[in-house]
This record gives sequence, C-alpha cells and structure tokens, in this order.
Amino acid sequence: MNTFLLNAVIAQAAGGANETTWMPVQASTVAADTDWAFYFIYWLCIFFFVLIMAAMGYFMFAYKASPGRKTSPVKGHHGLEIFWSVIPSLLLLGIFWVGFKDWMTLNVPPEDSLEIRVTGKKWSWSYAYPRFGLAGENTLVVPQGQNVKLIMSSQDVLHSFYIPAFRVKRDVIPNRYTVLWFNATKTGKFQVFCTEYCGQDHSRMLSSVVVKTPEEFQDWVDNGGGDPLDPDYGKPQPPVVVGEKAYVQACAACHSVDGTPRVGPSFKGLFGKTEEFADGSSVQVDDNYLRQSIMEPNAKIVKGFAPAMPSFKGQLKDAQVDGLIEYIKTLK
Amino acid sequence: MTTATDTISAGHHEAESHGGSYLDRKGVLSWIFTLDHKRIGLMYLGAVSLFFLIAGLLAVAVRYELMTAAPDLVDGNTYNKLFTLHGAIMVFLVIIPSIPASLGNFVLPLMLGAKDVAFPRLNLLSLWIYFFGASFMVYSILDKGLDTGWTFYTPYSTSTSTAVISATTGAFILGFSSILTGLNFIVTIHKMRAPGVTWTRLPLFLWAIYSTSVIQVLATPVLAITLLLLIIERTLGIGIFDPAMGGDPVLFQHFFWFYSHPAVYIMILPGFGVISELVTVHSRKHIFGYKAIALSSLAIAIISFLVWGHHMFVSGQSELASAIFSFLTFAVAVPTAIKVFSWVATLYKGSIHYNTPMCYALVFLFLFTIGGLTGIFLGTLSTDVHLHDTYFVVAHFHYVMMGGTLIAFVGGLFHWWPKMTGKMYSEFAGKLSALLVFIGFNLTFFPQFIMGSQGMPRRYHEYLPQYQTYHLWSSIGSFVLAAGLFIAGGALFFSLFGSRKAEKNPWGGISLEWETTTPPHEHNFHGQPAVNCGPYDFPEIDHTQEKAHA
Repeated sequence: MNTFLLNAVIAQAAGGANETTWMPVQASTVAADTDWAFYFIYWLCIFFFVLIMAAMGYFMFAYKASPGRKTSPVKGHHGLEIFWSVIPSLLLLGIFWVGFKDWMTLNVPPEDSLEIRVTGKKWSWSYAYPRFGLAGENTLVVPQGQNVKLIMSSQDVLHSFYIPAFRVKRDVIPNRYTVLWFNATKTGKFQVFCTEYCGQDHSRMLSSVVVKTPEEFQDWVDNGGGDPLDPDYGKPQPPVVVGEKAYVQACAACHSVDGTPRVGPSFKGLFGKTEEFADGSSVQVDDNYLRQSIMEPNAKIVKGFAPAMPSFKGQLKDAQVDGLIEYIKTLK
Repeated sequence: MTTATDTISAGHHEAESHGGSYLDRKGVLSWIFTLDHKRIGLMYLGAVSLFFLIAGLLAVAVRYELMTAAPDLVDGNTYNKLFTLHGAIMVFLVIIPSIPASLGNFVLPLMLGAKDVAFPRLNLLSLWIYFFGASFMVYSILDKGLDTGWTFYTPYSTSTSTAVISATTGAFILGFSSILTGLNFIVTIHKMRAPGVTWTRLPLFLWAIYSTSVIQVLATPVLAITLLLLIIERTLGIGIFDPAMGGDPVLFQHFFWFYSHPAVYIMILPGFGVISELVTVHSRKHIFGYKAIALSSLAIAIISFLVWGHHMFVSGQSELASAIFSFLTFAVAVPTAIKVFSWVATLYKGSIHYNTPMCYALVFLFLFTIGGLTGIFLGTLSTDVHLHDTYFVVAHFHYVMMGGTLIAFVGGLFHWWPKMTGKMYSEFAGKLSALLVFIGFNLTFFPQFIMGSQGMPRRYHEYLPQYQTYHLWSSIGSFVLAAGLFIAGGALFFSLFGSRKAEKNPWGGISLEWETTTPPHEHNFHGQPAVNCGPYDFPEIDHTQEKAHA
C-alpha cells in the first residue's frame, strides 16, 4: 500500500491529537508517533483476527458433522505453511522497526533539555528545578514546547513515573538515576501515575503535570514556584508571609532570628536598634538601611563582622525585599 | 488403525478376573502411597481444582472491590494481599501444575502404551513435594498474608512485613516438584514408548509436554536460586538486591524473569498440546502440519529462554538490551502463529462434532488469538512504554494464561474425564458452561484492554472515575465467568455420583489411551500394546481423495 495513504488512514483512525476509544489525548511530541505505531499494529491485528475467525467460523458452519461425512486426508501443505510463516515474519519485522525507531527517540533526551529532578517515595512525588533553585511537592510544572528531561530516583522501593497523555513511562529506582524526557505540546493539567506496585497507597501515589506557555512558566519561576494546583496558589499574600519565605530561601543560613550571631548579625530586635559600623559611624536601623544592606551589603559593615555578604540585587524582587523588612520588624 | 496386540503376560488373566480398574483399591493409604501415575494425576487434579477455586474466589473479591472507584469492601493492604494471593496461587499452585501434573500424569503413559512413568517413586515424591510446598503457601496466607505481587520485586519484598519468607520457601519447594516431574516425563517419553510409537507418531500433546518438561528442568533451578538469594537477604541482611545494603533491584528482575518468562511457556505449551488433540479428535481429521506444530513447540521452548528482558523495557535496563529482547520476542511470535493457523486449517473439510471439549477448544482459539495478537503491542518497544504495567498487560496475560491454558485445561478435562473416571457428564451442562465462560471471559477482560491503553495502571485499589464504566463491565463479566466455571465444575463433580457410565472410547480417539478399558486397569494395558499408524489417522478420513491432494 502507498505509505502516504497508509499514514493518512492511520492518522485518521488515531483521531489527530484528540482522545480516541483506545488512546488518551496526545499532549507530547512523541505521542503521535506512539499512537501511529499502536494503530498500525491494531489494524494489522484486526485484519488477522477477522481472517482467522472468518476461516474458523466458515469451517465450523460448513464442516459440521453429519452421518457418514468423510473427512479430507490433507495432512499439511508446504506452500501454505511457508506462506503463513514468512508473511507474519516480515510483518513482525516491520512492526519491530516501527517500535525501535520511536524507542531511539524516547531514549535520547535532546541536549538543550530543561533538567528537573524527580524523587519518588512512598507515596508521593517531589520535583526540584536546579536551574531556578526551586522545589515543590505534588505538581510538576513545565513549559510548553520545550524539551524537558527528568532525572529520577527513589528514596525507598521501586516506583514508576507514567504520564499517559505524553506516552512516557520509566521506573524510578533507589540508588540509581533513570531518565525520561518529553516535549509537551498542549497546555493544561495531565495525570501522573505510579505504575510500579509500591505497597499500601500505591493507587494514591498520584501527581499532575501542569504545562504552561513559556511566558506563564517564566512568571511561575519569577514568583518563586509553588503548586499551581494548590487552592491558595496565586492569591496575594501579606508582606510578612512573603518576607518569611524569602528569609528561609535567602537569609537563614547567615542570619538567625533568635539573637545568636552567625556569619552576620541576628535579625532579632534589629529594627530600630542603633548599629555601630567598622568605620566607627553608626545609624538607627530603618527601612532604607535594611534595603541598602540587602542591595549593597558592603556599603556599611557592622562592627565585629566580616564583609562576607553578596548582593541580592536582581535576585530578590521588590515585593520580597518589602516583605523581608516587614518580617524583620516583627522580630522583637 | 491402532491395535492393542496382547502379548500374554503373567499378570494378565489375574488382573482381568479382578475387574480391572485403577480405582478399585480403597483406603486413604492406598492413595497416599500409590505409585500409579493415574492416581497421582487424580490427586494433583484434586489439589489443583481446590486451589483454582480459592484463587478464583480471590479474583472475584478483587473484581467486587473494583466495581466502584472508591475503596469500599477492603482497605489498601487487604486489597494488595487479595491480588497477590490470587496471582501467586494461580501461577505456582494452579497453572504450572494444571495440565502437566494432572492430565499429563494421567494421560502420558497411556498415550505411550506404557505401564507407568519411568520413575514411579519419583513421581510420588513430586506429589508429596507439591503438597509440602503448597502447605507453606497456605501457611503464608493464614500467617500474615503476602502483599508483594506474585513477582516478589525487590526492595519492596525485602522490606514488607508480610510472610515473604514462607511464601518464597513454598515456591522454592514447589520448583523441585516441577523439576522432578519434568525429568520423569522426559525419560518416560524417550524410553517407554510402545512398539510403533515413533517420534513422528507421538501425539502432539506429548510433544508439548516434552517441550514443557525441558523448560521445567532448565529454568526452574534459576527461580530456586533467586528465591534463595531473596531469603538470604531477608534473614541474614546480605545485600544482593536491596540498594540500601548495596544490592541491585534490577538484578532481581533479570533473575526472576529468566525463570518466569520461560515459565509462561511452561504454562501455555501444555495448553497447545491439549488443543492439538481436541481439534483433531472432534473434527475427525489429521492435524494440519504435524511436524510444524511439534517442532514449533521445541522452537518456542528454546527461544523462550532469550526473551525475558521484554518484561523490563522501562525498568532501567540498557536500551540496547531492550531492543534485542524486543527483536527476539517477535521471533517467538512466529511459531505461535503457525500453531494457530494449523489448528484452524485442521478444521478444513473435517467433520466437526460439537462436543463439550470441542466447544472449549473453539473458545480457546478465539481467546488465544486475541491474547497472542495483543502481545505484539507489548513486544513493540514504543507502544510497550505506554502500555507497560497498565490493565492492557493484565488483559493480555489473562487472555493467554486463562483464555489459553486454563480453558485448554478445562477442555482437556472434559475430553479425558470419561477415561479418568468412567463417568459421563451432562453434555448440556458442559456446553452451557463453555458458552458462559466465553461470554463472561470476554466481558471481564476485553474492557481491560481499553482502560489499559487509556492509562489505568494495574494493581490499583482505587482509581480515577474516568475508568468506572470499564471496571463495572469487567466486574459483571467476572461474575458470569465464575458462574460458567461453577457449572463446568458441577457438571464434572456430579457426574461422579450419576449413573451414566462412559463408553470406552466416547470420542473415537485412536491414540492409545482410548484402547484400554474405562477406567483403565491399574497396569494400563492387558499386555503390550503396539501401534502401526499415526495418532490422527481416523477412520472417517477419505483416502480416496488422497491422490487429488498429493
């Protein structure tokens, strides 16, 4: 048969990118290829099934026992036997090739892939985005139209990461990394299943992939990540809450909130206090002093501390800086 | 025509004067210590039937739970035990011994024209080992149950608190039963064939049993080693498979499937053998392509050792290895296809008698064809990535293991039951059961293909509402299927108390088991039978047509 025509027939049966009787919606670049292979095998199977059953049904009807019926002495037919060995062999070889070709694609993540780390444990998934310094539970957020490479491992038993709409699946194993990649073509929310049996709540080890347009994805990154499926996600938060989060993310390593000096002075009781500097000058801590200390930390070095702090200019957004200042005000 | 030529032996006249049935001796001890392959076969049959009932009821419980998306009947841990025990009992205690150990034990020496198997004491030992191993399995159920799935994947199986050690010890012991039975059958077929029973006159059932036995002897030791390593890891804390102790969980999967894939053929090849007998005898025609069927069994047995990795395409094994395993998997599909074509061609210009065994054989052909064809989707690399560990796989292997092996087993049981028991069952009940099984089976498992390709993962206690309709149909189907099997069991069981005596040869078979009395004499034949034609040269065959086809 003409390959183009065959393609057209199968693509028609595969229903384009929409959900069909057999296959869920296609939402990744490999999905169409996998479905093509599926429907190619499917129609071959239907053809052979109908052929075999039609022959069987006809024989059952035509050669029903009747008194005195004699049967054929046929014991075999070499030509026929060779025919029905060789033809299926060739077809199977073709099917192998179709699967193998797509298998190569599935196993070679493109160089430019966005890397995301996936960790499975009984019975939840968590995600980390090393490029953006973000991490989250429950929901994987990816940009549409970009190659994404998941580097996966398990903290306990075997799990398996499966996104039906993307037609990708890979086991997640302790003490070893496995890799899976995809390129999402549709925005929206898609189901993630654990498909390697892992005990009591195996069937509750669900998660979602949220695919955003590149712009929306950038916004999501700029706003510090978070779970877009969380009911509270995206609602305006009080500055103190934003500030506390920014503190945990950016400041906590060097500044305590309980009065103990670490690399830098503690934030406890900082606001309103008179701070003495290494050059002998001093100032009463106010909003502008705090903002300057975050943006140009080496402008004023507090007496007794080393000038060790990097600038957070461009790293913390205004809302976060405002929040931090408000948060510090609460630490009496 | 086959003839049972009597060469007078010493015990001949004495035996006949005793009435001559292997069932005559009474008392429990006469069964426990019997060396008679027919009695051993019957005891296997009893045990296999009991475990089939138990594991079948577990399956119905699983389907009952899955009628609705939410958990309602049992909690997650109990559900996990239900499906694990269903699988483990079905595989290790039912399907593997079903045809070879029960029907095979009974029929094999009779078909060969032998008095017994080569090593009758070893045969009895196999039975005892089976019961010993089964008792460990039963103990596991009564103790803490088992929740690892029948595959015992590590590191879950090394970390769960359920009765893994007793269950794996049970499977370990059962393996010996399997090995010894296989060994016995191989030697028997080589050494105990009656005069005239050449290799090309061997009934195809025996070719299938022979191929099965070869796999049993070669593959089962690997399972034993694997399970032993698992037990060592759990008890002594030596890291073999558990990464927390420095082991490799994927290694377990390689070991496990190195046995368990050939084991799939341990399960299905005897079914092929039964179908070859049923299709010929009930259509009164020589099998189409005897040599192709016989040799394809051997080909399958050999290739089956080289395809285990197709269970592991997404496991993290090397991508190249996956590609090679996929290729070899397609190689095993060809001999299987040849068999199906040959069975259908056997019907051509036959004289088909729709007896109960034949009805089951036709049900087998329908179901196994679906089972075989759907295997292609799973052998193909890219589609398997999507379908692996979904209900598509569940449906596929039930079409093969249940629609194939167990349907063949039930068909074979209806075929040889008159010879085994001397009683005839109700044909009406038998055919009704075949019809209900056919409807119930398809209703149960066909929707599972669709929900599987739609993404429904296997071994899920609760599921997303989008799969509800398929699950509901599947559950309803399982109840119909169970009803069909109960009727089949009832038809056979109640025939024992009925008054309908079976004829010596109700189907007009011409292989040697039909030459002896019904039920057979303790020593099978009065004198030494001999054979001068093939097992399928039925009297209805019109040899005047021969020239036209030559």
